[in-house]
Amino acid sequence: MSTPAQMAGKAMQQTTVIPRRNPNDARKERGFAFLMYAAVAIAFISLAALMIQIASDGAGALSWNLLTNFPSKINPATSGVKSALYGTVYLMILTAIFVIPIGVGSAIYLEEYADRRRWFNRIIEVNIQNLASVPSVVYGLLGLAFVVRGPLSLERTLLAGAITLGLLVLPVVIIVAREAIRAVPPSIRDGSLALGATKWQTIWKQVLPGSMAGIATGVILALSRAIGETAPLIVIGAAVSPRFLPDGLNSEFTALPVQIFAFSKDSDPQFLQLASATIIVLMVLLLAMNSVAIYLRSRFEQKW
Amino acid sequence: MKNMTEPAETDPLAKSASPDARGVDLTTAPDTPTITVDKNAEKIFDCKDVNVLYGGKLAVEGVEIPLLKGDVTALIGPSGCGKSTFLRCLNRMNDLIPGAEVQGSIVYHGQDLYAKEVDAVQVRKRIGMVFQKPNPFPKSIYDNIAFGPRLRGVAKKEMDEVVETALKRAALWDDVKDRLKDNAFGMSGGQQQRLCIARALATEPDVLLMDEPCSALDPISTGKIEDLMTELKERVSIVIVTHNMQQAARVSDKTAFFIVDLSAGENKRIGKLVEFAPTEQIFSNPKDERTEQYVTGKFG
Repeated sequence: MSTPAQMAGKAMQQTTVIPRRNPNDARKERGFAFLMYAAVAIAFISLAALMIQIASDGAGALSWNLLTNFPSKINPATSGVKSALYGTVYLMILTAIFVIPIGVGSAIYLEEYADRRRWFNRIIEVNIQNLASVPSVVYGLLGLAFVVRGPLSLERTLLAGAITLGLLVLPVVIIVAREAIRAVPPSIRDGSLALGATKWQTIWKQVLPGSMAGIATGVILALSRAIGETAPLIVIGAAVSPRFLPDGLNSEFTALPVQIFAFSKDSDPQFLQLASATIIVLMVLLLAMNSVAIYLRSRFEQKW
Repeated sequence: MKNMTEPAETDPLAKSASPDARGVDLTTAPDTPTITVDKNAEKIFDCKDVNVLYGGKLAVEGVEIPLLKGDVTALIGPSGCGKSTFLRCLNRMNDLIPGAEVQGSIVYHGQDLYAKEVDAVQVRKRIGMVFQKPNPFPKSIYDNIAFGPRLRGVAKKEMDEVVETALKRAALWDDVKDRLKDNAFGMSGGQQQRLCIARALATEPDVLLMDEPCSALDPISTGKIEDLMTELKERVSIVIVTHNMQQAARVSDKTAFFIVDLSAGENKRIGKLVEFAPTEQIFSNPKDERTEQYVTGKFG
């Protein structure tokens, strides 16, 4: 008795059942892989070049004083970004407070309550997708018309800035929160409801804990987008190089991107160097936030 | 050799669509199901003329089953015969499906389960359910069991005992007593399903509905769950949907046999009850020809 493998061996000596590799295929294979490689290389090299450029321009101006001094329009040597750094941190916290409950609440409504057969729920869904791609300067104009002036009349305050940035990232927060909620399998909801939990208890004790890591990751990424935005803050009239810290919700404020913009408009090359140094500060802040998001995702994300 | 242009496996329904050699039409339910159980025994559920509609379309029609206390009742039948749909009427899980409607009367211990004043949430606290695929919560073993009791407001200091009792009843205590704080996702499939049973038992139900509870499990785990059912039935009545006829024969006291009725047209598949009788009778001496054909493996 010969084993099937041996029989196959004999068969191969006699005839060629499987044709040789087509050299054309191999060429295409290599060519395609190279193109994909090139795409990654272009993306990576241009980003790296930008970073190196910024680092070499700004490194000279990086000092502890940059963080602890207020901006000066006259003397670049003593000029800092203290007010902008504080403004950015305050904006981020206030935006989070504004956007988390509204964003997560909307996501819960759309995922758990909305009847998709109803036309208005479908309209809401489509519009949220669209709103996420509206340019940020438009949100700035919205903030100017409705928050700074108009119905809310908050003037050019920290609160107005936070609300405007909140509106800007709200669609993104809703979308990521919906995805996280949708990732909780229906069998978990069934299991909870079958034990006599109400819908609210099921959402609060099963769905939200199960989607928390995804929601937190998405919110942090959305906030890091918010604090990098310049246009809406300039449109709503953030202060230029203020020499004071915001002392409340109704205080005037500035933020790092606005400060970068202010420095870069100056013709003195020393101020341009300050702009580069401030970009480094902002990038370190963004990198830190993204790292937290990545950590949360890898550490707490629920595998179903 | 099979001709590959033809559908490889014939649809079991197509197979059963023609009357068999003896002229039994396997796709038409009898006008009234044959019921040979003692209707005077103590009933947990008394179901009469139960219809289930999805979006106005009839899915299950005219089910009449008296479910007796202390029994394991098996619901068997081919795919699409509505046995799971009917099971989900018994704890009002169908309420959760938009467009689902239940007609007829389902009386639970003398109370109409679908009366206006009856709260479905309260119904589900008394009527437990175990699903096809184990669905532990992504929490510790302890918290899985404690979820139901916490909803009922069981005090923290009594919780340890409640959890232990439930795990013991589900024959899981010895497996997990040293790792109650571990995540339930780390358990084997069979253990997860027993955890789900324990979780349901922790709310002290008097009925346990099981929707193909062993279909995702290996034979050894299946055996453990079957043994468990036999132990549990002193305390809780069990209604189990199963695809596995041997399982129905092994564990159940009464068996209900459903079929897919196509007499209203190929696109109007309606699940109907054919026969409800003691399990022994269903498998050895069924009254209805269709039942006999099914349990002897001639269709389905």
